[in-house]
Amino acid sequence: MHLFQSNVSMGEALGYSVLGMAIVFAVLIVLMLVVKMMETFTAKGQNAEAPAPVSVSAAPAPAETAPAKPAPGTAGQLKLYNVEEQDAAMLMAIVADSLGKPLNELRFISIREVTDQ
Amino acid sequence: MSTIIDVVQTIWLDSGFAHLLDIRTVIMLVLACILLYLGIKKQFEPLLLIGIAFGMLLTNLPGAGLYHPELWDRFIAGEIGYGTILHDGGLLDILYIGVKSGVYPSLIFLGVGAMTDFGPLIANPKSLLLGSAAQLGVYCAFILAIILGFTGNEAAAIGIVGGADGPTAIYLALKLAPHLLGAIAIAAYSYMALIPMIQPPLMRLITTEDERKIKMDQLRPVSKTEKIVFPIIVAAFVILLLPSTAPLIGCLMLGNLWRESGCADRLSDTAQNALMNIVTIFLGISVGATTVADRFLNLQTIEIIVLGLIAFGFSTIGGLLLGKLLCKLTHGKINPLIGSAGVSAVPMAARVSQTEGQKANPSNFLLMHAMGPNVAGVIGSAVAAGFLLALFG
Repeated sequence: MHLFQSNVSMGEALGYSVLGMAIVFAVLIVLMLVVKMMETFTAKGQNAEAPAPVSVSAAPAPAETAPAKPAPGTAGQLKLYNVEEQDAAMLMAIVADSLGKPLNELRFISIREVTDQ
Repeated sequence: MSTIIDVVQTIWLDSGFAHLLDIRTVIMLVLACILLYLGIKKQFEPLLLIGIAFGMLLTNLPGAGLYHPELWDRFIAGEIGYGTILHDGGLLDILYIGVKSGVYPSLIFLGVGAMTDFGPLIANPKSLLLGSAAQLGVYCAFILAIILGFTGNEAAAIGIVGGADGPTAIYLALKLAPHLLGAIAIAAYSYMALIPMIQPPLMRLITTEDERKIKMDQLRPVSKTEKIVFPIIVAAFVILLLPSTAPLIGCLMLGNLWRESGCADRLSDTAQNALMNIVTIFLGISVGATTVADRFLNLQTIEIIVLGLIAFGFSTIGGLLLGKLLCKLTHGKINPLIGSAGVSAVPMAARVSQTEGQKANPSNFLLMHAMGPNVAGVIGSAVAAGFLLALFG
């Protein structure tokens, strides 16, 4: 085996590499567009299934969703606001891992979903 | 008296100790012990590295007769079939049939699919771009391998190490350059284990402190329907475009569909645990068996190890550079650190992005954002492998 003694020339290797990268990008860009379309269709479907808007005379919604019921926490009880118990468990595990502390030594008081609005 | 001496002499000559004087054998046994140390003590991809290292140990013990490379040479030349291997081969020859036929890497992908949550990718489809850019190392290593004089097939098999995806690297190596399988597998898994050491210096070199501090918006919730439709669409589209990816992408997406369908939990659980563990045992030990001293200890192996490192480096750089570009285009909404997770190596690369992001800004949680490019990298490396297979296969 010697330098530049391959059965593929440098020009061919460069060409194949550019083509290869282009194909990888093209395939994943198409997939990206498909995922976007999927998102749009799903959103439309959800909107169609959603109940009609509540009339103005109805009581205004509370400013903040109250927790359904306190979830069992690691120490004491934990209040969840718009967060599933499964997600809360994952978040607590991540925090414990990041802090390098056992989960049973941490006290979580509440977990709240933060939205942009 | 002479009879006793003859018997002792015969026992000595029949034993492996009489053949241990070969320096190459000794080097391979020492290398196997080093890899065992790295796997057990340093926890470098222990599930696979321990098996590979022990396979290396077994195959290089003189007289054990567990693996016969000359049988596989005749198989590749078309002189014999699997029947002869089953009849004349040793235990590791028989286990190696699963590698040679491409069954083990595909089954590993089945388990990977069952373990993977594509939710972060579906929630942020731009992740797919980062997964593409992080295949840069594949082609850089391919070009460098051509410069070094490797054939097109060999260069393609070496380049895919940059995809940082063990099963894909093994699959492509056995299809295009089976004689390099041992070196390629060891390079791929060693560098995947070393990602926490390889990537951070490049991440700090390419990104600025301010970029690393960027906190990304929360990902949108992904519906169950999207998660179910995704594997079906990806499998159909990618396989139609690149049919050579069918075993890998097909298994990856089937495993994921079992996971997301919600009505095949038993199968998903088996693919994630029992099947994955069984195949990992067979894959590790039989890949290690290919590292026979007289074929492994040569300049090519060293070149493959070096090219693998370069491939990993360039893949990381590719992801980071596109991450920076997306950061600029979105006016600072994307933290470029998640780009390096596009090299796949799930979930190690995503964890590195999280760690580096948190070093710059302790309140930064990039893990779920980095999981998008991370799983996109798995698809990207499979597509890159499919292209190279279509070209040289």
